[in-house]
Amino acid sequence: MSGEPLLQSKIVGNRMALAGAGSWTADRAVELEQLVDDVVRRRDAAATIDIDMRRVERLDTYGAWLLERLVRDVDSAGRSTRVIGLPTRYQGLFDEAHQANRSHSKRRRESAITAALIIVGETMAKVAIDLTNIVQMVGAVAAAAMRAIARPWTYRFTSMVHHVDRVGWRAVPIILLITFLIGAIIAQQGIFHFRRFGADVFVVDMLGILVLREIGVLIVCVMVAGRSGSAYTAELGSMKMREEIDALRTMGFDPMDVLILPRIVALVIAVPILAFLGSMAALYGGGLVAWLYGGMAPDIFLGRLRESVTFDHFMVGMVKAPFMALVIGVVAAVEGLAVEGSAESLGLRTTASVVKSIFLVIVLDGFFAIFFASIGK
Amino acid sequence: MLDTSNEAVIRVRDVVVGFKDVTILNRLSLDVFRGEILGFVGGSGAGKSVLMRTIIGLVPKVSGTIEVFGVDLGSAEDEERQAVERRWGVLFQQGALFSSLTVRQNVQFPMREYLKLSRRLLDEVAVAKLEMVGLTADVCEKYPSELSGGMIKRVALARALALDPEIVFLDEPTSGLDPIGAGDFDDLIRTLSRTLGLTVYMVTHDLDSLHSVCDRIAVLADGKVITSGPISTMLASEHPWVKSYFRGKRSRAGHGVTV
Repeated sequence: MSGEPLLQSKIVGNRMALAGAGSWTADRAVELEQLVDDVVRRRDAAATIDIDMRRVERLDTYGAWLLERLVRDVDSAGRSTRVIGLPTRYQGLFDEAHQANRSHSKRRRESAITAALIIVGETMAKVAIDLTNIVQMVGAVAAAAMRAIARPWTYRFTSMVHHVDRVGWRAVPIILLITFLIGAIIAQQGIFHFRRFGADVFVVDMLGILVLREIGVLIVCVMVAGRSGSAYTAELGSMKMREEIDALRTMGFDPMDVLILPRIVALVIAVPILAFLGSMAALYGGGLVAWLYGGMAPDIFLGRLRESVTFDHFMVGMVKAPFMALVIGVVAAVEGLAVEGSAESLGLRTTASVVKSIFLVIVLDGFFAIFFASIGK
Repeated sequence: MLDTSNEAVIRVRDVVVGFKDVTILNRLSLDVFRGEILGFVGGSGAGKSVLMRTIIGLVPKVSGTIEVFGVDLGSAEDEERQAVERRWGVLFQQGALFSSLTVRQNVQFPMREYLKLSRRLLDEVAVAKLEMVGLTADVCEKYPSELSGGMIKRVALARALALDPEIVFLDEPTSGLDPIGAGDFDDLIRTLSRTLGLTVYMVTHDLDSLHSVCDRIAVLADGKVITSGPISTMLASEHPWVKSYFRGKRSRAGHGVTV
């Protein structure tokens, strides 16, 4: 900060004389604001305040506004001000500033407790809205499926095949790898702990039942939610942002039929297949570890597996897969269509899609557990 | 013209810009003088926006020099460049407002970055800027997705003016606005350039803007500025492209309006 002071004051009798100088611009706005606030604090020392602007070399919006603020704050205290010698080239700018900030629409500020309560209330309302949206989407998907069954030639078969390729076929390598590792880890942990009381052989029971009933399908669903559910949400969301979905509507297409049904059907087809492949990979990984790490020969492993695992175990796992696929697809569609104009909203919705679908898949798994327990399977 | 001192604030010399093997600007030279409103016209795809983006440093040039406020941007140090960038504002064609920030935060964004102002002053100046571009304080807490096209342009202009720049670059400021909105926007640019002493570099297709607000018009064709001057020069020009642009069917002259 160099040069002479931007604002100097002198009190003569009941008159305060202020002299502005230098450049009243954005760069020096901080300094100027302090000087202006200082004068406003001392306003009661004088009845009239004259502001001499003759020696101000440069003035921009910041300077003009601070001058206006000075005049306004002093005037509001019942003192009178005069602005003298403002260079004519800045008169227009000062007039602009004179019009500014006239209407007071201050931001509402709640107390911390109210704010916390508002957040809690809004969150609960959002949960309710989410649930209704999901129910609505299930209904809309069902209606679209009915339309497709009534008039099969209108169904987007090509689109569905494309999506089966994307979410099913291309997911196979990563699903096989992950479930293989999970199976291997379960077997290793089982052998390590069961060996202490000589129960090595029960590792096979644990692995078979756990993988076929729960882990196989759950791991696959978590992977699919992260890999394909998020992609669905992002696609639908950006199509919504760019008004592509509106364009479809105006051309007489229902986005449910064109975009959402083929995607969800593709998931419902792909997830059971992936769950089957994943379960097999997990059993293979477990068997490999049992052989190499636990010293259990493959034929013993297979024999034990045949004894301990029934067809029911396998069926329990596979029955869950299409329902979980439906949950992932529906949540992805709901979130995708809820995207609003901003890039941030797209990101938020994509995250929400993955988190909510994994959560709901696990909740659904819990319900299935209760259901199968009560029918004795 | 407001300020008749013939100081060129932007001086473009022999600039060549091309992508791969297509040359878009071929040894183009252009001066923009302090305080004027320059309208820059040319056919679609002729490179009007490319030149603007080259001046503000978004598109690299192959050769030539660009001086803004006497600083050669090609050889300037980062700090020097930044000092120049602070003195210009850019209004992008689609507004380019940050979609995750409110209108107030959008306008305050450059202020927060460059100036250490008190919260009160930040808020007051932001509202003052919004009022200067004809909006009211009510829009402050809205998000860009809740605004109409005309409002987005106005907010974007307020953001471009946030740091009280000396030059503003406007990329088709009136495109997508209705004729009344476009006319209002033209008046706004005129008023602001007068009150703030702005130099305005405006890429436009809007013949009405060219007639009503521009002090000088530069025409781009074949990668060069083929002619420049006030609207009367354009109307008198015998260059076939200029003639069909300014005296064609859609022009005022074409409708028998005397200018």
